[in-house]
Amino acid sequence: MTEIVIEAGHGERQYWKDLWQYRELFWFLAWRDVLVRYKQTVIGIAWSVIRPFLTMIVFTIIFGRLAGFPSEGAPYPILVFAAMLPWQMFSNAVTESSNSLVANASMLSKVYFPRLIVPTSAVIVSLIDFVISLGILGALMVWYGFVPEFRIIAFPLFLLLVIVAALGLGIWTAALNVKYRDFRYIVPFLVQFGMYVSPVGFSSSVIPDNWRLIYSLNPMVGAIDGFRWAILGGHTPLYLPGLGLSAILVTIIFWFALSYFRKTERIFADVI
Amino acid sequence: MTAVIKAENLSKKYVIGHAHQGQYLTFRELLIHSFRSGSRRLFHPFLASSGQPLTGLATTEELWALKDVSFEIKQGDRVGIIGRNGAGKTTLLKILSRITEPTEGKVSIKGRVASLLEVGTGFHPELTGRENIFLNGAVLGMSRAEIKSKFDQIVAFAEVERFLDTPVKRYSSGMYVRLAFAVAAHLEPEILVVDEVLAVGDLQFQKKCIDKMENAATEGKTILLVSHNMASILSISTKSMLMADGRLIEEGPSQEIVRRYQTSFLSKALGQTDLSNVERYGNGKAQFCSIVMKTLNHHGESLPFPETGCDIAFEMHIKAREEIHHVAVAVIVYDELGNRLTDVNTLIKGEALSLKAGQQAAVKFLLRNVRLKPDVYTVGLWLGVINLEDIDGIRYATSFKMEAKKEDILYTRPFPGVYACEFDYTVEDIR
Repeated sequence: MTEIVIEAGHGERQYWKDLWQYRELFWFLAWRDVLVRYKQTVIGIAWSVIRPFLTMIVFTIIFGRLAGFPSEGAPYPILVFAAMLPWQMFSNAVTESSNSLVANASMLSKVYFPRLIVPTSAVIVSLIDFVISLGILGALMVWYGFVPEFRIIAFPLFLLLVIVAALGLGIWTAALNVKYRDFRYIVPFLVQFGMYVSPVGFSSSVIPDNWRLIYSLNPMVGAIDGFRWAILGGHTPLYLPGLGLSAILVTIIFWFALSYFRKTERIFADVI
Repeated sequence: MTAVIKAENLSKKYVIGHAHQGQYLTFRELLIHSFRSGSRRLFHPFLASSGQPLTGLATTEELWALKDVSFEIKQGDRVGIIGRNGAGKTTLLKILSRITEPTEGKVSIKGRVASLLEVGTGFHPELTGRENIFLNGAVLGMSRAEIKSKFDQIVAFAEVERFLDTPVKRYSSGMYVRLAFAVAAHLEPEILVVDEVLAVGDLQFQKKCIDKMENAATEGKTILLVSHNMASILSISTKSMLMADGRLIEEGPSQEIVRRYQTSFLSKALGQTDLSNVERYGNGKAQFCSIVMKTLNHHGESLPFPETGCDIAFEMHIKAREEIHHVAVAVIVYDELGNRLTDVNTLIKGEALSLKAGQQAAVKFLLRNVRLKPDVYTVGLWLGVINLEDIDGIRYATSFKMEAKKEDILYTRPFPGVYACEFDYTVEDIR
């Protein structure tokens, strides 16, 4: 029989073991969110297609036609969509997971399970939208007769970068949201703002070279550039210092978020 | 027998801020506070505020929900935890089920713990009964395979076969709690921690739940039960712990502890009881401020204590915060097992109460010829519109101990039953 000791300050000795034991809860919570998502809507899952598609059209018209930004040799809609894949994944995941703890408050105050499961499973849900968007991208490529290069197989690496970035910001804001509900308003604003400062509607090659590294302080810049590099191909080389900086920043944020979450987790039930 | 739960000096402190209506801080308040205390420290460096991080933000108060609680529970014990609201029972269960952490002390637990602090945790109204069984099972710590193997039993227990593929938001509240309890009842932990969930469903279903718990107990499982229902405490647990003000007052056989708990209500009986700080439910548009209880004989003369057949007068002061219109007032008498014996209600007389905001009223009831057996009874109060809203409800407003009337002693005490009916008898010779 296992013995657990609950003690002030370190009741978390078997945390990682618990996390493994409750692994199925990740899927159950994600499965619930997916099932519930489009209940009582008329067109259901089609919303997952329509939203990114319309955004892509608007961006193509504004940045591609009206502003006349360069398209790196690929059709502009594909240029936009290659960036929208990681961006939408990131923004959905961060929004969902930052709200997840508060949305599941009743569970938090009535049942024990490792709290990390809640914001993490919210990120898993966003992966489903990502897969749907990937399908749209495939359709666009067929429509434009665009054949990607072999390096497209590298995109999961950049996806990993997006996931870790989203997890980091997501679990951090989720924990902050428990105590300070201000983050309920801060996060949507940040996400909206981030869409314009990240190279979603335009290629980051429009940024002057001497600003490139500073621009890469936004960790999504490296991820989006990576996606474009893998999907669009072409002659633009990957801007490695920027990617490296993004990766380091993402790791630091993730690590910091995780330790903040673990530190505050034990008072969640008291303050939520 | 080895101890499966061993608690040593468990304490839990909450810091309550009085100025906050909502429970959570906003960032702004924290910023303003740190700015203020920072500037105060700057200008008055000798002000002794640096040691207390949250003063100045609001008036804060420390509340020890649990203080120095130590006990041991052996394998197979069935332990009831009783005490008034706010005595620390739920906090203790929350620590044992790892929902919250103790501020001081430690507890070691051997074996898998399943806690039922509320049935239906994690239920989602949009999902079907079938889907919710899986979800709720997972939340409570069951594996997928485990849920699958028990699925049919759960459905049969809850009696919802026909509605398995209906979203639970369309369930009646009875079906909902039955399903929720059924999932929880099929957990197979070594230690089961239960809080008051037995008060669900109809009588037949309650009996099923108690049977299920008794079965678990005969299988050698350890059970911890918190309840206000003395009947379920007595039928399930053999030992009990009595808590008050966050401390463990007494432990021992359930019979004794239950009796001790009931008589603890007597200290405040007769005379006026202030109701401003008692545990209550309802929306609070109006509240009971106090209750005065007097006992009278049939001639309206006051008696020192209630005795079988006396009249009991209750006078409640009600203060309205908002305007209330056409509401009913009720006085409810419970026996020591929590059974509702009588419910006198202004509505029965076709009367209702209307008050303007800020207005106060005294409502008087006279219960005539109260023929309850000598025993301990508790009195509850309720103010509201039947089936529509609870404005103010108090489960334990006051209590009284009925004494036997001298001339009645012969027939009331040794016989079972709660009601001492007046009767005559004759014997006739039949040819």
